[in-house]
Amino acid sequence: MNIHEYQAKQLLSQYGVTVPQGFPCTSADEVRKAAETLFSAGTQRVVIKSQTHAGGRGKGTFKNGFQGGVQLRANVEETVSTAQSMLGQTLVTKQTGEDGRLISTVLIEKASNIRRELYVAVLLDRDTSRPLIMASRAGGMDIEEVAAKTPEKIIKETIDPAIGMMPYQARKLAVALELTGPLINQATKLLLGLYKTWWECDASLVEVNPLCVVEGPDGADAIVAVDAKVSIDDNALYRHKNIQAMRDLAEEAPLETEASKYNLNYIKLDGSIACLVNGAGLAMATMDIIQHFGGSPANFLDVGGGATKEQVTAAFKIILNDPNVKAILVNIFGGIMRCDVIADGIVAAVKETHLNLPLVVRLEGNNVKVGQKILQESGLPLITGDTMADAAEKVVRSIQK
Amino acid sequence: MSILVHSNTKVLVQGITGSFGGVHAQHSLAYGTQIVAGVTPGKGGQSFNNQVPIFDTVGQAARETGATASAIFVPPAFAADAILEAIDAGLELVVCITEGIPVNDMVRVKRATADSKTRLIGPNCPGVVTPGEGEGSHGGCRIGIAPGYIHKKGNIGVVSRSGTLTYEAVWQLTSRGVGQSTCVGIGGDPVNGSSHLDIIKLFNEDPDTHGIIMIGEIGGAAEEEAAEWIKQHCKKPVAGFIAGATAPPGRRMGHAGAIVSGGKGTAAAKIEAFRQAGIGVADTPSSMADTLLKMM
Repeated sequence: MNIHEYQAKQLLSQYGVTVPQGFPCTSADEVRKAAETLFSAGTQRVVIKSQTHAGGRGKGTFKNGFQGGVQLRANVEETVSTAQSMLGQTLVTKQTGEDGRLISTVLIEKASNIRRELYVAVLLDRDTSRPLIMASRAGGMDIEEVAAKTPEKIIKETIDPAIGMMPYQARKLAVALELTGPLINQATKLLLGLYKTWWECDASLVEVNPLCVVEGPDGADAIVAVDAKVSIDDNALYRHKNIQAMRDLAEEAPLETEASKYNLNYIKLDGSIACLVNGAGLAMATMDIIQHFGGSPANFLDVGGGATKEQVTAAFKIILNDPNVKAILVNIFGGIMRCDVIADGIVAAVKETHLNLPLVVRLEGNNVKVGQKILQESGLPLITGDTMADAAEKVVRSIQK
Repeated sequence: MSILVHSNTKVLVQGITGSFGGVHAQHSLAYGTQIVAGVTPGKGGQSFNNQVPIFDTVGQAARETGATASAIFVPPAFAADAILEAIDAGLELVVCITEGIPVNDMVRVKRATADSKTRLIGPNCPGVVTPGEGEGSHGGCRIGIAPGYIHKKGNIGVVSRSGTLTYEAVWQLTSRGVGQSTCVGIGGDPVNGSSHLDIIKLFNEDPDTHGIIMIGEIGGAAEEEAAEWIKQHCKKPVAGFIAGATAPPGRRMGHAGAIVSGGKGTAAAKIEAFRQAGIGVADTPSSMADTLLKMM
């Protein structure tokens, strides 16, 4: 699960990570109060940051024509009027697709005078099954680009999960980031806090980009997490009630949220052939074979091991909500569950949803002959496929007429 | 022979009184597998279906019945504890079926068991099947949730991260009259016990395995690691399929581990690694068995 920047910063600051002073606001009144607090404390400029999980906010455009989801302002009135151009508006970035995202919260923060931009992230290293700290002196940039073009600039430190991150490891990183003097100890505390957040909150990613050396209150250098991204392991959410409360359904695709209510794992794609499959591996493989025969998959959909009538009906309804869908391929391997039961479920679901798109069904496994007979004798205009390849070819052909 | 388990392997089931564990314990018994004990804390002394004694701890169950392998069906929040208990009891093989275990729990388990002699399969996996000689491969050892009857005793080893895609491969083999030595689902989580490579090494040493089907998917680099080893050391033909060529980057495709992130773990890179290693690449999931059989 992803959370907003302001929520990530709240978590991080609980673990001793320095973040800029700031306030999440959902109305012009709240923005005014936040701006007054910051400017009256001597802040020169504030930054107004649209809150959305999607990246590319700064270069995004609102549907009302307003440019840029991240803005700097130097007084209260301009801050309020800028925030008003964002709140309740839809921001389109390179990551949102053309639908964009509704901005209902802006983060009003003290803007720092930035002297250096660095990058740091905590993530799982799948090769070692251990936590990994990844840092780079090239902050503010896309880390994938840095890794591709200048891999020598990526600094890595693996953590032994039995002991946790030791201060010496943080110091090593600080020195590798070319920090010196009092910044070494500041960075050590901050890096340890990032790791602690990752571990204790069951995060799958804690990313600070940029991590900045800024001009501190006394003119000396200080280190601050200027931006932050945190995602949490869905499997561990049950033990973090506080983080569960941070879920923002407006950031999720409505059909995917709807699917999750029925224990269906659905991901919408851009193609025209919907698929309904049991098992994640088989579901991916079904998408692949559709493409192999010249079609394009409209979704990933795993109905799990059971494929009951209720689930298949719910799955058809979700699939049919996607206007791009021109045909449907059902691919079920009935292992424990009998194919005749699955066939009954499919027939009932087709009738209930008044399906009128080409439907190709491939059933295999337990009691498959009876299952196929039920499909053929149902009087429904569905097509049966013998193998995955046969079914995929038939569904692709069904829309090429 | 076979790998990991054989018809005489004595198996205990952790979580045998849960609905999921109970159903599959029953299926395994019906398949002819020696399910000799169940473990449910607080229910020691009772029995499962008047057939299998239940114990409070894995240690008791192993001592009393001689079980050497465990199937774990306990809920995700308690699964890490259950795995460590089975390892502490000195079992040879622990197969964790449970889906949805927090990643950090598995990071801890993996760290704690780095020096252990116990082999862990899973979690989030369909389990292990060594087919038997009877009707519908009856009499074999079935640990987990795979349908037993689709198997046939024979000489092909199957290893996969996915459940139903494993069944697909097994069924393709069986339908062509070709049997399997052992089929292993290693699970779809980012941190798991045994890797593709661990299982491939066992198949390579097993005299009754003559060919191998390796099924992978997007995410991580376990398939590349296995391919590199196969290129150097594997004595047997290997065919493979990688699922997820059409998956969008940054999205988890059902399995927690099936994600292309930071440009890593793509199907294209894995398929290329397979080709470089001389592994037969199935064009489609429909041709996994045929791709291997052509090589043999």
